[in-house]
Amino acid sequence: MTQLALVIDLNVCVGCSACVTSCKEWNTSGESGGGMSDKNPYGKDPTGTFFNRVQTFEVGEYPKVETVHFPKSCLHCEDPPCVPVCPTGASYKRKEDGIVLVDYDKCIGCKYCSWACPYGAREIDEKQKVMKKCTLCVDRIYDMSLPEERRKPSCVLACPTSARLFGDVHDPDSEVSTAIAERGGYQLMPEWGTRPSNHYLPRRKTKAHVTEEALHRIDNPLKKEEQRTPVSSDLPTLDDFLF
Amino acid sequence: MHPAFSVIFLTTLIGAGQGLFLALYTGQVYNTFGVVGDAAPSSLYIAGTFLVLVLMGLGLFASFFHLGRPERAWRAATKWKTSWLAREVIVLPAFSGMAFIWGALHYFNIDPVLVTTGTVDISLSLVVGLLAGLLALLLYLCTGMIYAAIKFIQEWASPLTVINYTLLGLASGFSLAAALAAWFGSSLTNAYAGWTLVFTLVGFGTRMFSLYRNGRIKRKSTACTAIGVRHPKIRQISQGAMGGSFNTREFFHHKSPQFVQTVKVFFLITVFIVPITLVVIGWSNHLFTLLAAAALVQYVGLLAERWFFFAQANHPQNLYYQAT
Amino acid sequence: MTTQTNQATEIKSTTCYMCACRCGINVHLKNGEVKYIEGNPDHPLNKGVICAKGSSGIMKQYSPARLTTPLRRKANATRGEGQFEPISWEEAFDTLETRLKHIRATDPKKFGLFTGRDQMQALTGLFAKQFGTPNYAAHGGFCSVNMAAGMIYTIGGSFWEFGGPDLHHAKLFVMIGTAEDHHSNPLKIELGEFKRNGGRMIAINPVRTGYAAVADEWIPIRPGTDGALLLAITREIIEQGLYDRDFVVNYTNGPELVNMDPKSSEYGMFLRFEVPLEEGCFDPQNKLWWDRDLNKPISTHTPGADPFLIGEFKLKDGTPVKPSFQLLRERVEAYTPEWAEGITGIPAATIKRLAHEMGITARDQKIELPIAWTDVWGNEHESVTGNPVAFHAMRGLAAHSNGFQSIRALSILMSLLGTIDRPGGFRHKAPYPRPIPPCPKTPTSPDDVKPNTPLEGMPLGWPADPDDLFVDEKGEPVRIDKGFSWEYPLSVHGLMHNVITNAWRGDPYKLDTLLIFMANMAWNSSMNTTEVRKMLADKDETGEYKIPFLVVCDAFHSEMTAFADLILPDTTYLERYDVMSMLDRPISEYDGPVDSVRIPILPPTGDCKPFQEVLIELATRMKFPAFVDGEGKRKFRDYPDFIINFETAPGSGIGFLSGWRGQSGEKTMRGAPNPNQWEQYAKNNCMHHHVMPKSYQYMRNWNMGYLQWAKANGMTRHAEPINIHLYSEVLHKFRRAAQGVSHGKQPPERLRKRVERFFDALPFYYEPLENEMINKNDFPLSALTQRPMAMYHSWDSQNAWLRQIHAHNYLHMHPSVGEKYGFEDGDWVWAESVHGRVRCQARYSQSVEPNTVWTWNAIGKASGAWGLEKDANECQRGFLLNHLIGEELPNQPQGQHYSNSDPLTGQAAWFDVRVKVYKADKKEQGSTFPQFPTQPRYPGMAKPVGKWQTFIGGSGLFKNRFKGGK
Repeated sequence: MTQLALVIDLNVCVGCSACVTSCKEWNTSGESGGGMSDKNPYGKDPTGTFFNRVQTFEVGEYPKVETVHFPKSCLHCEDPPCVPVCPTGASYKRKEDGIVLVDYDKCIGCKYCSWACPYGAREIDEKQKVMKKCTLCVDRIYDMSLPEERRKPSCVLACPTSARLFGDVHDPDSEVSTAIAERGGYQLMPEWGTRPSNHYLPRRKTKAHVTEEALHRIDNPLKKEEQRTPVSSDLPTLDDFLF
Repeated sequence: MHPAFSVIFLTTLIGAGQGLFLALYTGQVYNTFGVVGDAAPSSLYIAGTFLVLVLMGLGLFASFFHLGRPERAWRAATKWKTSWLAREVIVLPAFSGMAFIWGALHYFNIDPVLVTTGTVDISLSLVVGLLAGLLALLLYLCTGMIYAAIKFIQEWASPLTVINYTLLGLASGFSLAAALAAWFGSSLTNAYAGWTLVFTLVGFGTRMFSLYRNGRIKRKSTACTAIGVRHPKIRQISQGAMGGSFNTREFFHHKSPQFVQTVKVFFLITVFIVPITLVVIGWSNHLFTLLAAAALVQYVGLLAERWFFFAQANHPQNLYYQAT
Repeated sequence: MTTQTNQATEIKSTTCYMCACRCGINVHLKNGEVKYIEGNPDHPLNKGVICAKGSSGIMKQYSPARLTTPLRRKANATRGEGQFEPISWEEAFDTLETRLKHIRATDPKKFGLFTGRDQMQALTGLFAKQFGTPNYAAHGGFCSVNMAAGMIYTIGGSFWEFGGPDLHHAKLFVMIGTAEDHHSNPLKIELGEFKRNGGRMIAINPVRTGYAAVADEWIPIRPGTDGALLLAITREIIEQGLYDRDFVVNYTNGPELVNMDPKSSEYGMFLRFEVPLEEGCFDPQNKLWWDRDLNKPISTHTPGADPFLIGEFKLKDGTPVKPSFQLLRERVEAYTPEWAEGITGIPAATIKRLAHEMGITARDQKIELPIAWTDVWGNEHESVTGNPVAFHAMRGLAAHSNGFQSIRALSILMSLLGTIDRPGGFRHKAPYPRPIPPCPKTPTSPDDVKPNTPLEGMPLGWPADPDDLFVDEKGEPVRIDKGFSWEYPLSVHGLMHNVITNAWRGDPYKLDTLLIFMANMAWNSSMNTTEVRKMLADKDETGEYKIPFLVVCDAFHSEMTAFADLILPDTTYLERYDVMSMLDRPISEYDGPVDSVRIPILPPTGDCKPFQEVLIELATRMKFPAFVDGEGKRKFRDYPDFIINFETAPGSGIGFLSGWRGQSGEKTMRGAPNPNQWEQYAKNNCMHHHVMPKSYQYMRNWNMGYLQWAKANGMTRHAEPINIHLYSEVLHKFRRAAQGVSHGKQPPERLRKRVERFFDALPFYYEPLENEMINKNDFPLSALTQRPMAMYHSWDSQNAWLRQIHAHNYLHMHPSVGEKYGFEDGDWVWAESVHGRVRCQARYSQSVEPNTVWTWNAIGKASGAWGLEKDANECQRGFLLNHLIGEELPNQPQGQHYSNSDPLTGQAAWFDVRVKVYKADKKEQGSTFPQFPTQPRYPGMAKPVGKWQTFIGGSGLFKNRFKGGK
């Protein structure tokens, strides 16, 4: 059974928010229609609907501190808690590819699904009053008129550092499964048993090891700079005394 | 969580409505089985039912304000197999309808005896009332489970949530019934007042227990599990939305801890201490005004209690929304 | 499931302009409205990716801040009030033509043209030259001219457009003082690849944001002390023998002998054995080495010769001489890691480790590519080798008054490690490398500015010695910004940041008309913003504005537009033709030249007109020689026609675009104009990429094949080696003049000491100038700005999507700052410098060096500007650090004014500012300070959008937003 998902590489995410706005521009004109509303677009406290945001965390204390940029969108849980609570069936998980979707025509905007999501992945469109969330760009990943390599979610195509991988996490040979296996991909809040399909790849440190020996080498170029002061042959030497 | 007034009114109004109906039906059972001397005037049942339906109607009305698309509210019954909300959506009108029939039977005085067992006649209204009463209890379950079923909100994910919803609903319903009975000069006043005290006192116990429990919850989710980084010092510095987002509005109360604490003290006084005092005094003297005041104060207190119920609930998603 | 319905009706390619990175984009259109903008997968720069800004281009196109009609300040309105009336283009052109013709016929320097982050400096520069005014520059002076000048005067190339780190081959990448907005997507692409390949990245910066976040190690440094660090590393590299001797010997002037006779007039100059046959802007190969085997001087690059780098020698005539490497070694002797620790705050052990890591990685992880090439001395090499240590640096080094010498130190360090134009190190991009310094020169005398005559020389150039300076007989400046004068001799990008102050003061003279193109000089592009705003509206005794006529061309409702007498509405990038030309700043790759174009996706909105069309129209009306034929008739129909047909000289075959030249587009780089050139670009992803043979792609300073190719294709004048200037004789020539040793131009007395001090042939560390003029204890903290990756300068607060990510800004600082000065996280505080103070909110952070406070650049906006509502976060909670930064140095003697700039290049030193921070009173809370009266909306702007906006591309609601706005 296919389970499409994103794998996000925190090791290379620089927090540029490319995924945030490419998502917005694709989906606001997306097939499901209705747009993604923005409140106070040019006024006080602008706030609109986004499916994906990049957050920033500081880990540790100066000077041993890491700045972690952390993109977050719907994790398309294998056992999505938001689905069974929906009273109308608007929130559903597709059997064929595991994408969790909202049928905007059925949603009554009760927000109950958002309460039932521990990740804060759902956002209500405050103008249209229906719940919205990441669709994994379901309206482009199957679009046969696109070349195959462009049949990916908009955020994945946008990401300049290729920090976002997309594929079937149930296929053990897929790029995403390989990355999860090789790079220690993990799920968010595993304690709830939601089994998110999206995974994150952790930071990885490349360290340098400078050994003492590396500084003492026969080919040290300074040796070439030693000036040989010519020594006069007339000075006394042992040769003058030894038998 | 952000305390939404639509939901606060919904749960308190229907809770009181269900309680009131259960009180009325208790009265009928008492009459039927001769627990209380005089038969209650049917006007008590009729007026009571009317009040039940008003409360249920107001609750339903309030709930619509919680819906983004109320015109589609009918769809909400679809997923009753999995969703407690859908179940509530079914049970609420079912109960109201059944209560209506019960009231109508009394109003039209149509009450054929179905079975006679010894000295007791089991009439149609008794059976209808039983069904309505069961639905009222089921509705408490549904309402409570809407919250208790969300395992991520650890303050809510407890049988105490259902118990408190039930007990506090019963307390407010019975205190209302006591005042109503006093108004009609019914001898049921004593019984209602007594049950009011029982439910309020037990409710006080369970609510205090839940406060105690919620005060020492060990969080399952932490900043570490939220972002998957193991470190004791993790601090969010931006959430990518400086003007706020749905996540900052829906899951935070945006009030100071002092304010929340004040609300807690306020509801403990107004839901429990004041009504108990008023009922004790009013009961012995059958003073309608005191009993009515008890019901009113308790209802206002429950609004605060429900507000606090939401405000205290800490959603793990908030771990991602600590800083703008 | 198959869907087709989301397909836009039409997809067109062009080039992005949401920042200066210039990625290829594919724009999806539906019903004439932009629906989706994606990265062009076939574009060499961004390879299909796109950034946050690029994707939000839609919101720029339909921004309610757009200006759609020419506007004239209302007769009774004061400048700055923003009261305008719409006029026609004909009126606007007539006004300008009359005024400018008069200036040109009388005193052309009374007209100034200064431009912001535009990408058409080849055209604007041409316009200024043809007008005959020297008063032209773009924003480089306050951007990063130190980076360009410091590197180009050392290695003949620089970071960003002209070169960068080769992360494809690098093993160690050191990023120091980098702005995230430069070379955004390409660098991000390479960083991702580099890290995935297991490369090690070190970030040296006072703040850990952006790219530094993913570094394997963050080394916090005190602002303005990078030079000290780099010099200490250099010392350690030399002392440990970790330099690439072979590279230093063959490709730098390190072994070249310097005259050390203090009595000689040639003291400090290289020894030369003969006069070159040909004079030109190149380094003649007539210098000497001291050969190790023969133990005597020998002509450089003599086959078989092996020179000393270290030591002192005597010529036969007794003249003491030293290789310049020896002088470098002596210079850095005192710069011990322990010394640097006290200045930079970086532990000495860390500095040593850094040096060892760089040196050992460079030495032990050598790359060898099987690419045969021939050097300019005729030696054949079977392979290209490289030392995989790459650097990237930007304004963190540049925007300090000691930036030029710090960047010299960086360039020298990179050279000692043997990483110049080699795999894994620094790589050039065409048209670089260029001679040190490059050939173009400015005029050198006030007499070169003549009425009705094009300027004698380029408005901007590369001085190679004092005689190239643009000064009068007293040594005083000719340019309004005092560029190329003794105050800032190497100000190769001009000093736009001083134009308004100088013109207002009338020092060196007054201007008549100042034309500003897309530069927000009344806000984030000026330092000392509050005062500059006053100057813009200041009047003399007669009631005339001190800057009499101010013309602003901008597409948007910037703060600057409010001060205009005449506003010319520019188009957006989706509505016009543009060229990223080889004559300007192309988008070349390491493997060869690339240039690109924009082609309109949409018609201009309202009465917008591309600025290029304005310039061509004005140039034609004023009959500039390059724009009219012999009979004074119009030569170019419009801008696209100009781009196709303009040649640098008649018949030169060199024009703005390098691709598809020749009558039928058969030629590359050089060829006759091709009438179908635009169509060819349109068919080819709007760019032209000439991939050079592999053997031309490396070691280009010394690569015979490449240099001859570059010469043949008109990119350089000489196919001569471009040896690295470890020791800069060019700088020394200015010192000699200041010392009165040399003949030729001499600095005015008051500047002799200054020139002598700073024009040091070897890099040295000095504290930022402002530090010398204030009591540092009064202002204990450095204040910086960082660049958010989702915003470009001030451009994106008008952008409904991007402003949600950065709606306002905080002053970030380590918690110890609050503890020390008595406030807490989130409190309202004052930040005060010697120049002024701002009120803002404090925000604690662990990822900032504790002596530094910082904020995001240019998020703060004036109330009402940029089409925002008056209570928008940008003005109520946003603030601008510029209010704290002087455009001139503080506490100068009466009557003396020096730019707050690097004394060599005139680079604005906006990172030098020091502040103190203290808690604001209770009643001062709730909004930032300063606040300005709300800037009104102008005629022609869209109506206020109101509470909701839901964009659905193709709905037609947005393209019609501007209709009926007048």
